[in-house]
Amino acid sequence: MKGIALGAALVSLVTLPLWVSGTFYVNIASQILFYAVFALGINVLAGYAGLVSLGHAGLFGIAAYAGAKMLGNGHGHLAVAGVAIAVTLCAAAVFAVLALRGTGLGFVMITVALGQIVWGVAYRWISLTNGDNGVTISGRPAPFGLSLASPRAFYWATLVVFLLAVASMAVFVASPFGASVRGTRDQPRRMNALGYNVWMIRFLAFLLSGLWSGMAGLLFLYYHQFVSPQAVALTASAEALLMVISGGTATLVGPIAGAALVVVMKNVASAYIERWNFVLGAIFVVIVVFMPEGLVPGTVRLARWAATAWRPRTPVPVEP
Amino acid sequence: MSVWLVLAVNSVTLGGLLFLLSAGFSLIFGLMKIPNLTHGSFFMLGAYLATSLIARGFDFWTAAVTAGLLVAVFGGLVERFILRRLAGAELAQVLVTLGLSFMVADVCLLVWTGDPIRIDTPAALRGATSLLGVGFPTYRLAVSLIAVVFAAGLWALLDRTRLGAMIRAGVDDADMARVTGIRVSRLFTIVFCLGAWLAGFAGVIGGPILSVYPGLDGEMLPLALVVVILGGSGSLLGSLVGSFVVGFLYNFGQAMFPELAYVVLFLPMLIVLVVRPQGLFGRPAV
Repeated sequence: MKGIALGAALVSLVTLPLWVSGTFYVNIASQILFYAVFALGINVLAGYAGLVSLGHAGLFGIAAYAGAKMLGNGHGHLAVAGVAIAVTLCAAAVFAVLALRGTGLGFVMITVALGQIVWGVAYRWISLTNGDNGVTISGRPAPFGLSLASPRAFYWATLVVFLLAVASMAVFVASPFGASVRGTRDQPRRMNALGYNVWMIRFLAFLLSGLWSGMAGLLFLYYHQFVSPQAVALTASAEALLMVISGGTATLVGPIAGAALVVVMKNVASAYIERWNFVLGAIFVVIVVFMPEGLVPGTVRLARWAATAWRPRTPVPVEP
Repeated sequence: MSVWLVLAVNSVTLGGLLFLLSAGFSLIFGLMKIPNLTHGSFFMLGAYLATSLIARGFDFWTAAVTAGLLVAVFGGLVERFILRRLAGAELAQVLVTLGLSFMVADVCLLVWTGDPIRIDTPAALRGATSLLGVGFPTYRLAVSLIAVVFAAGLWALLDRTRLGAMIRAGVDDADMARVTGIRVSRLFTIVFCLGAWLAGFAGVIGGPILSVYPGLDGEMLPLALVVVILGGSGSLLGSLVGSFVVGFLYNFGQAMFPELAYVVLFLPMLIVLVVRPQGLFGRPAV
């Protein structure tokens, strides 16, 4: 049963550009996919390791900027991707060493500060990053001679990366490493007493998270063929975290559903209202206050509650 | 007057503003254990409200105090009706403050548009004052003086009054304070309002120096974060020292490495984190 659903989902994802008309929707689907990769990366930390990061747009942006700079210097796409990911992993290691000095709220604060440093560099170090104007690249790569210039081709390429990310997450969750990461979230002291190196487990989880954030950043760069400090801002980190939280943390499907929700809302909302940031903030507040477990389970719970609240109560017979 | 002296004066002024901003942030963090990510918004909101009040004929100082009060009321409502509901869920509280900060920023953009607004320096404080044969901009001296007065006042409040003793007890051990009959939840509201007032007020008196523009909240919040990480949360002395360190680093960094000012600012924070994670004046977590 589960296999059939999975197969149906896979078939519909692969054939999507064939039955969806219009490049607009294909492009939105591509955006959903690479943001889902990003959300899956954040979920490793926020969901499974219990470490909420508000600086991941920094890693996302480092990959995008590194790629853009390398392309600007005339390197080939393969080298660009390799170096961009390597740079992101190094940055993730530095982030991890610093941020893991704290857990809980300390971790949140340090990641905010780290993310803002990256933003500050992107915004102010004009000779390197071209400041607010951002960096433009020309052309998407053509692996194995297949050009990714058309929206459809790019969608399929993104889908391949997305499926790889999902597969790696499935393997991660089922692996002993995944179990130990969850162990450090729930019982760090016991894990320590059992002889696990809690710090190292968290560090490796951070690297895994950084890897997929970097991949998503690279896809973002190739999709827009442009990167600016906006991609690195605190809002971007918060948006990505919202995807994870809204869908449901520490689940495989949650971040994907969350990414779809946020990207669709962002595109729909910005077509009708200018104030996306207000909507984003409001959703954040509503979800956290009323549905802390995520949108899907939260809606079910609220609906059930509403149903019982509206049902007329049968009067309790009074004993004489 | 040499360039270095100008920089030093600017650094002290910025340090003073940061102290007003981060003292509240640090107290809220120390007492309620939440990094209040709306704190930068309080700063910006205070400044924006004051521009409207001044445009309606209020004088500068009345506008500053009133804008601070309005921000404090807003902060009180947030604490009472949103954060209180989430008591105990610290992470949820942080995320809510982040969501609120986006909403405030967007409302400010809607109401006061995207153009920077300058708050005029109060007439009595324009020009320069001569001290030891050197002319200093009067307004900047006044801001530094205000910060010193507030530092002394806050110290007296925390160290010499009953309310201060209760707040200190709450910072040290909220559960134990509750057991002894202190209404810690009321302290939360008081401290949150006080912090919001200080931030709003700081935004107004910073107005003639920084002016008000969209994104000001996002620029001030990391500075407050750095101050608290440097100084240690819940410590007034830590906020004071941290503010001036950050004030100096920011101004001198900007003068010497204009493109890397932001990085220079964060370096000492990183060093402190590695060497002394609880902050210079913080106590290690038990």
